[in-house]
Amino acid sequence: MDQLVINVLNGLSAGLLLFLLSSGLTLIFSMMGVLNFAHASFYMLGAYIAHTLAGIVGFWAALVAAPLLVGALGAAFERFALRRVHRFGHVPELLITFGLSYVILELVQLAWGRSPVPFAAPEVLRQAAFTLVQSSGGMSVVAGTAPADVCSAAGAACSTFPATRAFMAVVAVGMLVALWLVLTRTRIGLVIQAALGHPEMVESLGHNVPRVFMLVFGGGCALAGLAGVIGGITFVTEPAMAAIVGSIVFVVVVVGGMGSLAGAFVASLLIGLLQTLPLTVDVSLAMLANGWGGEIGPDTFGWPLLRITLAQAAPILPYLLLVAVLAFRPQGLLGKREG
Amino acid sequence: MTAVSFRSLVPAVLLAAVLPAAAQQGQTVKVAWLDPLSGLMAPVGQNMLKSFQFTAEQFNKSNPAGVKFELIPIDNKLSVAESINALKSAVDQGARYVVQGNGSGVALALSDAVAKHNERNPGKELVYINYAAVDPDLTNQKCSYWHFRVDADTSMKMEALTSFMKDKPDVRKVYLINQNYAHGQQVAKLAKETLKRKRPDVAIVGDDLHPLAQVRDFAPYVAKIKASGADTVITGNWGSDLTLLVKAAQEASLDAKFYTYYGNVTGTPTALGAAAAGRVYMVAYSHSNMGGETGKLAAEFKSRYNEDWYVNGTYTTFSMLSTAMARAKSTDPVKVAAAMQGLKFKGFDGEVEMRRSDHQLQQGLYIAVWQKADAKFPYSVENTGYTFAPVKAYEPWVASTPTTCQMKAPT
Repeated sequence: MDQLVINVLNGLSAGLLLFLLSSGLTLIFSMMGVLNFAHASFYMLGAYIAHTLAGIVGFWAALVAAPLLVGALGAAFERFALRRVHRFGHVPELLITFGLSYVILELVQLAWGRSPVPFAAPEVLRQAAFTLVQSSGGMSVVAGTAPADVCSAAGAACSTFPATRAFMAVVAVGMLVALWLVLTRTRIGLVIQAALGHPEMVESLGHNVPRVFMLVFGGGCALAGLAGVIGGITFVTEPAMAAIVGSIVFVVVVVGGMGSLAGAFVASLLIGLLQTLPLTVDVSLAMLANGWGGEIGPDTFGWPLLRITLAQAAPILPYLLLVAVLAFRPQGLLGKREG
Repeated sequence: MTAVSFRSLVPAVLLAAVLPAAAQQGQTVKVAWLDPLSGLMAPVGQNMLKSFQFTAEQFNKSNPAGVKFELIPIDNKLSVAESINALKSAVDQGARYVVQGNGSGVALALSDAVAKHNERNPGKELVYINYAAVDPDLTNQKCSYWHFRVDADTSMKMEALTSFMKDKPDVRKVYLINQNYAHGQQVAKLAKETLKRKRPDVAIVGDDLHPLAQVRDFAPYVAKIKASGADTVITGNWGSDLTLLVKAAQEASLDAKFYTYYGNVTGTPTALGAAAAGRVYMVAYSHSNMGGETGKLAAEFKSRYNEDWYVNGTYTTFSMLSTAMARAKSTDPVKVAAAMQGLKFKGFDGEVEMRRSDHQLQQGLYIAVWQKADAKFPYSVENTGYTFAPVKAYEPWVASTPTTCQMKAPT
């Protein structure tokens, strides 16, 4: 029971980090119609810049400064590169972000080397956020690390939940709320929403739409940078980190529905859980069939496929979901069909 | 090669070393090093490269053959395809000796590629020294005349490990977690077989395979281990796959003992830290406190690079090559390969033998435990203040396993 709770929490926190990343991507897409291939590269850049800044100004200052810096870089890219190719249509825009992802990867390897850099969480995040104590009397939650005598009592079992993951979830939820407030409650949010659907009309009302575009692009990149800082301390800060999340972020955006923030949220949590929970299930199709009275053994046709357990198949499940969504609901879970 | 005939050869070897007229004297031997210098396993590869460069330097000062070793390092990105290209490039640069160790998948491909190359290019043969890839297949079904392994293979290490676990009554529920490729699958398979033989009362409560060098988040696996109630984890994981596993286990306060193959590999000791003291065991051909000449070399390595010299197989490699070259009076790979068969030579831990039947080095193995460095075992691994202290030493014959290799010598 306690392990199920821990697993769900693991999945949710991983999903929330995914949301932090995909929210920026989906925002940029809905506004500019550009699928930013370099989005995951900004995620990586966030981790590396924060790693360097943390050595100078400390982790907490770096947590704020690195995303801002990444956002500024993103805005500059939009202003000086993306805007120039905008008039040539979507394909050149796509290609230039694609090229940018390679440029960033090479620059990161030149600046910080090809091997992982030691980017550790600050002391306060290295402890346990809380401990689940499973005892004969049921389950209870203790903040921080539970005292040793509680865990060593007969029939008791303790599971800790690391603070980095709790921090990940808190920051992501905080950002979600902030983003929602900005988009729905502020003047700039209204302008952004209006510019999404009717950019010409907004422009003729006297708003500087290109600047709004730049702001959104920079903001989206800053969100990716923030996710990078948190991902960097929780997992590993290394040049391959962009490629690892790159593909899964696109799955999130497609499953959730292109340009739908709410869809991205639902899809992120879904995929976070999908990456975590199936790993714990050691059941294969063969076992399932045999449990129902089937007789499947090594001689049965298709045995190499039938014997694969859910745990072994777990890494491909998000991509299966992607294919299923594209086949049966191309607009995504919460997306609206265009036109 | 029997011991008797070896003894009769000792004077010849010594003579070859002393006589300045021997043909191989003063020649430069180019050795290609093909292992990862990028990706998640880059820190491991970089340490190994330093170990090779350092040991080559030591042997260049003096070695039985009087040759000079020159390394040609190439990043193979831990990929089979890249390794084959790297091999071609190494040959173009004049290398006739190849060393590789990371990843048995790469090793199997390389062994095959070297054999094919030698068949197609008589007179330009290559010799492949495998210093760390431990899939038993390499010296059994898929053995090759041109492949020589100086590390102990998975089955040998598992023999030693289970001999040690046999006398540990607190081992009751064992969980296996391994990388999903040749080596990891072998560890899982052999652990099940050997435990069944030596400790039939032990229950295997889990058996997981995960992708090699790709998993960042081990939390779900650790939650699974915890849920299984395992008191012992056996893992052949190495590099980041072990470091991140240990890190996740500590974050989730998993209270199990870890029996590892590669607890001393770059990055892992730092992750172990104080929390793992007394809970992590390792089986290997050496430990952190070897003493003697090996200890001196390790100290010098540390003072120069501030890293640990744990790939002592680099010493074995150059000792074997130079001894065989002295004996063959040549640096020609064909003659040297013939001389290395059954060769008994000085390793970093006493005399060792390159078994003729399968080209698997026969050497002693140690079980070491992670504990606070003290007066008896002072070496501080990765400057953590902790060390791998030996708890049991096994003679070569204990861990020696039979081979099914039917070696085909070139005609």
